[in-house]
Amino acid sequence: MQIQVTVNGKTRKSEVEDRTLLVHYLRDQLHLTGTHVGCDTSSCGACTVHVDGVAVKSCTLLAAQADGCAVTTIEGMAIQDSPTTSQLHPLQEGFKECHGLQCGFCTPGMIMTAADLLKHNPNPSEAEIREALEGNICRCTGYHNIVKAIQWAATHSTKPEPNQQEEPVVADEHLFTNDVTTGEVVETH
Amino acid sequence: MKPFQYLRPTGVDAAVRDLTAQPDAAKFIAGGTNLIDLMKEHVEQPTTLVDINRLPLATVEELEDGGLRLGALVTNADTAYHPLVEQRYPLLSKAILAGASAQLRNMATNGGNLFQRTRCYYFYDTSMPCNKRHSGPSQGPAGCGALHGYNRIHAILGTESADGNVHCIATHPSDMCVALAALEAVVRVSGPQGERTIPIADFHRLPGDTPQHDNTLRPGELVTAIDLPANGFSHYNSYLKLRDRASYAFALVSVAAALELERSDASGDQISAARLAMGGVAHKPWRKTEAEALLVGQRPTPDVFGRAADALLDGAQGYGHNTFKIELAKRAIVRALSQAAKLEPTE
Repeated sequence: MQIQVTVNGKTRKSEVEDRTLLVHYLRDQLHLTGTHVGCDTSSCGACTVHVDGVAVKSCTLLAAQADGCAVTTIEGMAIQDSPTTSQLHPLQEGFKECHGLQCGFCTPGMIMTAADLLKHNPNPSEAEIREALEGNICRCTGYHNIVKAIQWAATHSTKPEPNQQEEPVVADEHLFTNDVTTGEVVETH
Repeated sequence: MKPFQYLRPTGVDAAVRDLTAQPDAAKFIAGGTNLIDLMKEHVEQPTTLVDINRLPLATVEELEDGGLRLGALVTNADTAYHPLVEQRYPLLSKAILAGASAQLRNMATNGGNLFQRTRCYYFYDTSMPCNKRHSGPSQGPAGCGALHGYNRIHAILGTESADGNVHCIATHPSDMCVALAALEAVVRVSGPQGERTIPIADFHRLPGDTPQHDNTLRPGELVTAIDLPANGFSHYNSYLKLRDRASYAFALVSVAAALELERSDASGDQISAARLAMGGVAHKPWRKTEAEALLVGQRPTPDVFGRAADALLDGAQGYGHNTFKIELAKRAIVRALSQAAKLEPTE
């Protein structure tokens, strides 16, 4: 079937199998490999992305269910400050500043979940952060520095959320995400 | 995941027609948070998925009788945080937020929550015998792996069939449904024969000798909404969930307790109405009006709560690893009622 999904500000029109999971569409067809597959059974949270602004687990969602939706992945979190450069999102800065990752496998999902939390609750308590992360599993850190990283982001969050911006966001020199976004519909096979 | 045909109707009648066309092979999908996992594990193998997400069932409406109608496609998160639910049905908010994780609650719907399947490990493992999963050789052997296996999370109530045999000791996994049982919610469905309503107590069923059926829906029927009665017991309620770890686990035992208290005389309050439902202990949310009747007219004391607990757990039977649940459930009921009556704090 054909789907049209706006991923990190760019509208994609793609042909997918009916049974394609959103995470496989993002990783295998769009080559946005920042979204990870951990458990593949909606437990670990490594695959968390935003669909229409809310955090969901993309390993338990058909790409077909996201047809017509706006998807933000970790690659879309950095904030473009010129046509060729971008700044890390405060959460990305926070994880860097507070040593919020070790192996880094869970980090994209942690950041996407935390971004959803901070949107609803800009100044969460430690307990609220820990509760919000109940669907994200980290095998390395013991979570302490992840909590600190999110607290850091909460106190350094002066920048607008990417999906509230007029301008689409560009993250890094990734094959797809560094394309200048023109608003055109891109066919991806 | 096995290939399937994907349909996306935009109206309730069309969705019902799509499903009725092949009642054994087609499934509705809404959030899909449980169904897709089951399809990956080959526990569910629908040949057609009818995606109902485009149906106009995503609103919360106030009813003339003072109740609230929760659309089947409103997400669990939007329901739990809805101002009217928080204000008038805090028990429901608490139960929803005790379950799953933020990402799943963002995707899972109210209708879909009713159709969550058990998290029995033997049900998920297609190499193990399971009467609930079994409908043909492609879905593994018949029998019950849990009955003489590892059954720590399994049922202690309502497991025997009419002939005295036990075919399945799976539990219903939902937290939301336990609160719905306590609140006496009504499920609205639309099907090939038109619309009808089903009290939540009659929606899910005990396993008997046909544990493959979780509920009493007829083929092709679609849940369109859940109605909450006007009385939400918003002043005195508690949802207590006990599990093996503090977050992101299914309940070993959960209790939805709701009370109305009246000042009877200078010496204290008297219970004028009570609701009590349990999760994690049976094939459906477990409620007995006899247990609630023991509370009405009494003062809210641990002794009174203990008598209600004994009545609700009457006939409970353990299967080895889960026998501890009987005592755990008694204490959980007393504690939940004490919390609801504000005799002890909730964490």
